[in-house]
This record gives sequence, structure tokens and C-alpha cells, in this order.
Amino acid sequence: MSDQDITFTIDGVEITAKPGQTIMEAADEAGIYIPRLCDHEGLRHQGGCRVCTVKANGRSVAACTQPAAAGIAVENENTHVNKMRRDLVEMLFHEGNHLCPICEASGNCELQAMAYRLEMVDPTRFPYLEPCRAVDASHPDIALDTNRCISCGRCIRASKDVDGKGVFGYVGRGIHRRVAVNGEDLAHTDADAADHAMSDEVCPVGCIIRKRVGFVTPIGEREFDKGLIGYEIEGKRRG
Amino acid sequence: MSTAAQSGDPAGPTVSVPSIPEEQIVAICETYANDRHRMLDILREVQDRFRWISPKVMETVARQTGLSRIEVEGVASFYSFLSQTPKGRVTIRLCDDIVDRFAGLAEVAGIFEQELGIGMGETSGDGAFSLEYTPCIGLCDQAPAAMVNDVVVTSLTPERARQWAQALKAGTPPEEIVSERFSELTPHARATEQVENNIRHAGAVLLGPVPDSAGLKKALDMAPAQIIDTIEASGLRGCGGAGFTTGRKWRFAASEPAEKRYVLCNADEGEPGTFKDRVLLTERPHLLVEGMTIAARAVGAREGIIYLRGEYVYLRELIEEVLADRRARGLLGANILGIDGFDFDLRVQMGAGAYICGEEGALISSCEGLPGEPKTRPPFPVNRGYLGFPTVVNNVETFCHAARILDRGAQWFFDMGEEGSHGTKLFSVSGDCLNPGIYELPYGLEVRELLEMVGGEDAAAVQVGGPSGTMIARDSFHRRLTFDDLATGGAVIVFSGERNVLEIVEYYMSFFVHESCGYCTPCRVGNVFLQKAIGKFRKGLANPEDIDYLKDLSGTIIETSRCGLGMTSPNPILTTLENFPLVYSAMVKPSKDRIRATFDIQSAIEGARKLAKRRSYIYDRDFSK
Repeated sequence: MSDQDITFTIDGVEITAKPGQTIMEAADEAGIYIPRLCDHEGLRHQGGCRVCTVKANGRSVAACTQPAAAGIAVENENTHVNKMRRDLVEMLFHEGNHLCPICEASGNCELQAMAYRLEMVDPTRFPYLEPCRAVDASHPDIALDTNRCISCGRCIRASKDVDGKGVFGYVGRGIHRRVAVNGEDLAHTDADAADHAMSDEVCPVGCIIRKRVGFVTPIGEREFDKGLIGYEIEGKRRG
Repeated sequence: MSTAAQSGDPAGPTVSVPSIPEEQIVAICETYANDRHRMLDILREVQDRFRWISPKVMETVARQTGLSRIEVEGVASFYSFLSQTPKGRVTIRLCDDIVDRFAGLAEVAGIFEQELGIGMGETSGDGAFSLEYTPCIGLCDQAPAAMVNDVVVTSLTPERARQWAQALKAGTPPEEIVSERFSELTPHARATEQVENNIRHAGAVLLGPVPDSAGLKKALDMAPAQIIDTIEASGLRGCGGAGFTTGRKWRFAASEPAEKRYVLCNADEGEPGTFKDRVLLTERPHLLVEGMTIAARAVGAREGIIYLRGEYVYLRELIEEVLADRRARGLLGANILGIDGFDFDLRVQMGAGAYICGEEGALISSCEGLPGEPKTRPPFPVNRGYLGFPTVVNNVETFCHAARILDRGAQWFFDMGEEGSHGTKLFSVSGDCLNPGIYELPYGLEVRELLEMVGGEDAAAVQVGGPSGTMIARDSFHRRLTFDDLATGGAVIVFSGERNVLEIVEYYMSFFVHESCGYCTPCRVGNVFLQKAIGKFRKGLANPEDIDYLKDLSGTIIETSRCGLGMTSPNPILTTLENFPLVYSAMVKPSKDRIRATFDIQSAIEGARKLAKRRSYIYDRDFSK
């Protein structure tokens, strides 16, 4: 801990943060998991999904973009905060078409895993918006099923900032805002299956699908069959 | 072969459109130095000249500005006034605010449809006309109103609508329908020919006599810090709705170390029922620019922007003329009033139909040529705003007040109004009252007193502050128009007992759904759910538990949204649940047989009917016939 480091608490546990760190960055280092969907290691923070909402001194903030500040009391895991997060996850389920039993991403899907973590076990109350979006299978190696897209924008940032390409971008406004590709369809972009944006870890759901590798890992041996989402971060603390 | 195909746009528009020569798109980009931050100007100009932003245009603009096509498309698809399908040579946008609806919009729309032979949302096959709805265009005091290309038409009756439609069909340019002598009129006369100011009560600060540049001249003898002290001592708070202390905002921007700073004016009043800035921009444009110039001196800014909402495009040349006049008189530009090193100039940035751009961060994004999405806070605009530099964003009325405070002194302003809400405020009053229009009054008036002034004593409900504000009932008319009680950016909408509260609420929710930027989940998705739930109430399909559902969902949207839009969008529901509880409970009363029809089987099986291409054996009683 250097002189400039600051301390604050998350659910009563004292945490150290370096200057300029966000609440989430400091929590990750300390082994405290704050649920998130649009945030991903190595990518710019977006603060769009709001699943990382915490209470900082009683005020709602997105932990991924809110700078840590000395002495703040952050509430992460409590009934009220988790209930709001569950509402948000339910909204994402109802906004798109998420049929886990027939989805290739089942078991690797962060949306599904977040629903389990937040105990989304009761029947949901929201109406289904049931969008009808065409699947883009134009590319030889990659298919896009945007019915499953949750607009997290991780692929946009990965392609632009990591791959230096800009294959994806947001278009439209409001409920019509969606991720689209930089061209007529994916085949008319410079997308490549080796791009970081197309890797397993970037798309949290089953929207970006690499052809001919489906079900290579059988259900039962997938990422979230090993543990609840966030187990790796929480493992740092227990370890 | 269609002209569109020649221009290389195989998208195959069914409407005849002129070809878009690539060199003209290149030329437009070059007018703006191929600067990506001027994307909105570039795309607006393409839209004006060629009536749509074709895929090919996006590619050309992207190449010129060093962006990717998808980034250009992100902007083109965000703003309502930019179109990715060809529009007519004349686009008629009928304002479909609830006030216009209550003033006979449906009939007016019917006349236009009949005369032009197209439905709402359609473009005629010969490419002559487009007809569409648009949210509040700031003319609620003379509703129903419409935009016709760059001019506006007010107080539409069926007869007036027919006259306009027929004149347009005969090929008369919209400007000439406004006035045969339109081209000879001054910009100010052109504006007032189209729109009544409806100033009903002039107060001491803004709408009474205002001497020319008196505040600016006093500011020249003061140090920047003294100017800020004066504004702070006056108690002036932001007039756009949020009410942040103006002096503090200026102080923050001034104290942030930076190589340059900006002063931006928010002339994007889009809150339904708000039209006060329209009148200031028409009648006090010099005072506005004077206020911005004073702010520039106070914080050390050399450049500024007036962000003018797309709906107020008919005021643009009036403002440009004022800027030119002030430059000629040494009140704007280099060495203002002969003071060495006091340089300040500004440009007008036109919006393009997006309510969200009234949000400070979204306004800055829009000025930077981006989709109008709010920015992550912190950093705040006063620290890192436009292009990353400290930026003061204030409302039109706030700048006008500031100029008057410099002239008359902080104490003069402070003594008006009351503790916490000093000075006067412009109220834009519309709806069911005898004298809709602008009232400049000191803060602190009771709603009842205002209703007496405007001839709205029969009001059953008053929407204070527009949909993001509060809807109150008769039992609350003693409440007061101050920051601490009923805060408002100025909108006061009066509804008589004949109006259906749930119809109003449903309209306001559809407005927020239309205007949400979509960046964050709760606002993008949650508001759609709220709108659907209110629709259930209106159809009589709601349960008593649905009242808790509305409150619960509203709570999540308010607590998790990223900006002020989502933090206030459930207000139409929450404030009516609180102040008109009987309206809701009447809709969820159990029926005599204690069975509630919360599920409508007929609409549920409609999709199945279509798929199966036949009717239901069980639910369509007349099936055998």
C-alpha cells in the first residue's frame, strides 16, 4: 500500500484502492465479486447494463465506472441491490429471445449464469418483447444470432480497441438500439474468426457463434458448470 | 433504371429520389474541414439536400472524416430528423403531443392524409411529400402545430390544414405560404409571422425593458472571480429543470486547470409543454449572447456553442443575424469592446430531433458529432466536457438572467422570489386554459394563483415541469412553484376534468420510450414495460397487484438508470398513482362474479390465427357460419 492509496468498505470489509481505480477494479483485486455483464477484463468500461449497480454512501452508482473514493461505504450484496440486479437481468431476458435449452452457449453463458447467481428462480413478471431478427450466417467462419444479443457492446470495444478493426457498432436509438456490423453483412466486413472480438470470452451470450466448433465442450463440463459466475474472483479471497 | 440505382444505391427505394453525386458529398464534408466532430452538420446538410442518408453516402462521409461506416450509421440512425430511407421534398411533421391531441390533432392529420393521399409515416410515390408525427415541437400554446420542412404552422384547424395541404400540392414553397413577402422580411419578422410569442406577463428581469449590453459593460470592469461571486450571491440556479447553482458551476469550470474552456448554451428545450426558450430566442437573443459572453469572461472561455433544437430551425437565421451584428459592433470576436485579449466567439449547432440532447452530457456528445448519448459521470462537464475541456452548459434562460444580474446587481435579483428560489422564472402554460403562453413571475407562487392568472380555474389536473415533473390534483393546488416544492423547468400543462388521466400517462410513457437513448438497460427496456403495463390498465385488463408492479418496476428504473431521463421517466406513473389513486383503483375493481379479465384470449390467439390462416374452433363462435 502506497501513500496515495485510499481505503473504503464494501459490505463492511475494508478495501484498498489505487488512485484512479474504479470501485469494481478495487473489488476485483480484493477478491470481492460485483456482478457485471457489459464489463469485461481488458476492455474499456461502459456502464450500460447497470448490473454492477451498488450503493455508495446510499447512492446508486455503476461500480464499473464509479471511481473509488476514500471512506465511502459500498453496499454490494444485499436483498435490495440484488433484487434490482435481478430485475435488470430479467429485462435482458425479456428484451431478446433467450431459449437456453437450444442455445449453444448454455453453460458458458454469462446471462444465464447471472440469472442463477441472482436466484432468478420464480416465474418472471415482465412481458416478452419477442423481437424478430434475422440470423447473419454470411461469414464463412462466424454466425451472428442477434436475437440473443444483450447490447453489452463488448464485441464493439474488443474489435475497435484490441483488434484495431471496428467490425461492430451500435445503431438506432432506445429500444431499437442494437449492435450492427460495419457493412451490408458480416461477410462484407474484415471480421476474422481469430479476432479477439470473436473469441469465446468476449460475447457473454450465444450471439457470436464460431462455426464448426459448437458443442466441442459437452454440457456439464462448461465454464459455469465449474462454479457460480464470479467464482474465480471470489477464489482469490478464499485462497 | 431508377435514378437511385445510377447513384449506386441498390437498396432500391420505391420513392423516386435524385441521384447523390459523390463529389457533392465530398464537398459537403470539406465545408466542415472533414471534421468528424461536425458529423451532425454534415449529415443534416446531406439530409436537407438529398432527403436521405444512403449507405453509399455513409461510406463517403466515413472515408472523408476518417471514421468507419458503422460509426457514421450510428449517428445517422440516432436522430429522428435524419433518415435512412428517402423522404419527400416536403416533410410535414405533425406535433403529436398530448396537448395537440386534445386540441384536435386527429382531424388535422386526417385532412393531410386525405389531401396528400398518404398515411402518417408514409412518403408519396412521386417523392413530393412525407407525413409523420413528431414529439413536442415547443408550440403547445398554439396547438395543433406542425413543422413543414424548415417552417412551422400553428393553430391548425381542419380548414387551415386543408389550405396548407392544397397550397403545398400546388407547388407553393412552404415559406411563401407563411407570407407572400417572406423573402423580404427580416429574420425576426419571419419568425413572428409563423409563431405568436404569447407573452402574457412580463416580469422585471427578462421580458420587461432590457438595456443593450449593460451587463456586459459592467462585467468588463470586474475581475472574472468577481463576476462569479456576483452570480453566486444572486442565488441564480439553472432554469432548465435541474436547478444547479449557476455560480458554483462557473467556479468549478474556472478553477479546473486547462488550456481552453467552452461555454455551451442548451437551447434544446424538449420537455413536452416547454416553450419559454422559444420566446427568449425570438425576443431576447442579444441578452442570451450577452450572458454567454459574460460567462466566457468569468471562466476564461474563447469559444462557445448554442445548441439549438432541430425543431427551432426557423429561429436559426435570426440567431445568426444577431451573432453577425454583435461581431460587427465589437461585442463578439477578438478584443471585445476594445479589451485586449478578451476574445469570444460562438457557433450555432443544430440538433436533429432527440429530446435526450437536452441532457448536459448528451448535448456535448451531440456537439462532438456523436450519437446523443449521455456521458459517464464523473468526470463532470465542468472538469472534462466538450472535446475533453472544462465546459459550462447552461440553459437559455439562465444565461439571460446572468446578463441582467450583472447589470442590476446580485441583491436586486436575490430579493425577488424566496429563500432557495431567487429571481423570476418563465412559465410556459398550455392546455385547458383561456390564456396559454409565457408568464414571467417571481418564484413562490401557488399553483392556484397561477391558474387564476391563466384562466385555468376549472383545472382538474396540472402537470408541473412536464412529464418528468409532477402531476397534481385539485387537493394540491396550494403547492408552490419553487425548487423546494414543485420544481419546474417552466412547463405547466393544465388539464380539465374531461381529460383521461391514464391517456395522458400512456402518452408520456410512449414519449419516454421514443426518446430513451437506449444506452442503459433499465431505461431502454424498463420504460417499454411500464408503457405496456399502463396500456393494460387502460384496456381494463389490470389486476390490483399491477399497481405494486408499477411501483416496483419504477423503483428499479429510477435507481439504476444512467442519466436523468431514466431517473424521472416513471414520474408520470408515480405522481398520478400518488395524486390520482382512484383513477387506478377504478380500473382494477373486481367484477360482480369476482373474476377479472386480466387475460384477453382473443388477442392472445390472434397470432395463431394468422399463422394457421384459419379461425379457432373453440373461440370463434361463428366458426360454423
